[in-house]
Amino acid sequence: MAVNSSSRRVISLACLFGGIALMVIALILDAMKSDAPFRGAFLVIGMIAILAGLFFFPTLKHHRTFVYVVFLFPLLFTFVVTVIIPLVLGIGYSFTDWDGIRLTKFVGFANYGKMFSQPSFIWSILLTVLFVAFNMVLVNLVAFLLALLCTSKLRGLGFFRAAYFLPNLIGGIVLGYIWQFIFANVVTNLTTALFDNRYSMLSESKTAFIAIIIVYIWQYAGYIMLIYITGLNTVPGEVLEAASIDGASPMQTLFKIKIPMIAPTITICTFLTLTSAFKQFDVNLALTNGTGSISNFLGEYLTNGTEMLALNIYNTAVINDNYSLGEAKAVLFFIILAVVSIVQVRISNKKEVEL
Amino acid sequence: MARRRKDTEGRLERGPGAVIKVIIAILIAVYVLFPFYLVVINSAKTTADITANPISLNGVSFQQLGQNLLDVTTNTHFEFWSAFGTSVIITVVSLFLLALFGGMAAWVICRNNKTKWATVIYFVFIASMIIPFQVVMLPLIATFRDVGKFVGISMLQSIPGIVFAYCGFGGAMTVFILVGFIKGVPYDLEEAASIDGCPPEKIFFKIIFPLLKPVLTTVTILNGMWIWNDYLLPSMMLGQNGKVKTLPVAVQAFVGSYVKEWNMILAAAMLAIIPMIIVFLVAQKQIMKGMIEGAVKG
Repeated sequence: MAVNSSSRRVISLACLFGGIALMVIALILDAMKSDAPFRGAFLVIGMIAILAGLFFFPTLKHHRTFVYVVFLFPLLFTFVVTVIIPLVLGIGYSFTDWDGIRLTKFVGFANYGKMFSQPSFIWSILLTVLFVAFNMVLVNLVAFLLALLCTSKLRGLGFFRAAYFLPNLIGGIVLGYIWQFIFANVVTNLTTALFDNRYSMLSESKTAFIAIIIVYIWQYAGYIMLIYITGLNTVPGEVLEAASIDGASPMQTLFKIKIPMIAPTITICTFLTLTSAFKQFDVNLALTNGTGSISNFLGEYLTNGTEMLALNIYNTAVINDNYSLGEAKAVLFFIILAVVSIVQVRISNKKEVEL
Repeated sequence: MARRRKDTEGRLERGPGAVIKVIIAILIAVYVLFPFYLVVINSAKTTADITANPISLNGVSFQQLGQNLLDVTTNTHFEFWSAFGTSVIITVVSLFLLALFGGMAAWVICRNNKTKWATVIYFVFIASMIIPFQVVMLPLIATFRDVGKFVGISMLQSIPGIVFAYCGFGGAMTVFILVGFIKGVPYDLEEAASIDGCPPEKIFFKIIFPLLKPVLTTVTILNGMWIWNDYLLPSMMLGQNGKVKTLPVAVQAFVGSYVKEWNMILAAAMLAIIPMIIVFLVAQKQIMKGMIEGAVKG
């Protein structure tokens, strides 16, 4: 034990001093604006060495604390650097004239005022609200009906479940292009056959919007269905049996027993579709890229007829190179999502109290 | 735990009602799977055959399929194998690190749940789950660029940088699900080991971590589906036409350069889908279960 402890001390001190030395060298090089390629490696190795030194530190009393620090450090560090710091910076940048690299002055709420004076942005908000509303109803309805179908006693249900869920596995970009092909080639053949009019749904804002909803339901309903199936399976068999003995019709069983009993599931699914439809980006980008003309909205001609909020933020900042305005829009986006989440938590907690 | 009723329990439905239900189920399945059918048949055709009739099997041949796949995989705009490799490395390394770091952090938070700092950290993690990527992406790129320039490690356009970002973004949900599980692990187990002189790091790796296997499967599935399919983060960090590309970024870049060559685009789409389908066929049950658990907990 003694040998072990003294060797631990040596390792620990070596790691600590080595690590500190490496980090100091690296930071001095950085501060001197050196271009030596090994300074990055020094910094990382130094950091790991310090952590290892703390880890091997032999005083038993504090060992537990050190282990806790070392265990918590990697995730907390990455989290702070990728989420917390950019969030704080981002909210700050939205009040400045930041252009992605430098900022010259504080502009107060100018960006916020500017975004609400853009008809194209107002249009994006309205379109997103409409999209969310349609999807909340349609996805949940379709998913619930699929779940009812998949919880009845039929042969081959495992296959149907897997098949309905399958589209959810595929990323929005790939899926968007597959559907772009379908709307541009297959559906046009259908309209040619039916109305003798070669018409692509993606060419007009209104029908393109419907197209996005169709694709979204196709992608998402299978996933929501799985959650409804889980919910429906928690309805005890005895209750359903008792109902059928008492002569309840299938409709009565559905509306009086099944739906009230899975109310928490319905809450979960509603909010899941709400937030996910609200954040919709990939399909929007791949299917229409937000294009589509609107002849007159608030007195302006718009070319972003199918552009939803997430895509509008991206286009404002990255494509049109207006970083501070894009960031202000993103902050608004964040506030809306935060409010929705708080409402969800309130509703769920209330339900739990009632139960 | 809620009671689960097995679907196979009891008799199967019979009669005309059941037949109608099966027919409806089949029709829906045909509708849902039809796009996949279109992808497969049209990536085995020439552009002319697709324009002539995208639904029929006319012009479908293995030879043409091979030709299209060869064209796609050797295309310099797509660079399929390189993008595929990048995606695999990013996903696998991120998932491994998230499971390891997430498990470590969740355990520490759980074991200190009576202290103020652990409560605060846990609360910040949970609260951060509502933060959309859009609000952090612009400053994130700026921060990574500045940090990278300062320390001499390229954080943008590099695989380590993107893995770092995924650890940061995936951390919150991972910790949330893992803490929920670890709370249920009896503390006696650890106490006994601790009295026997087992140091805390050994307790974690020898006792706790192996116990986490089922919940780590769930976490890995959820994170894996997200990371593999994610487009916005890699496109922001790696750039549209950078040297390093993930599969979704490569598909986007490829389609941009081949506007009307649908046979190539669909062949590319097929290549991008196949890995996911294979994983799904192998681990169908776990994936569907993992997705449900993630939704109900998150």
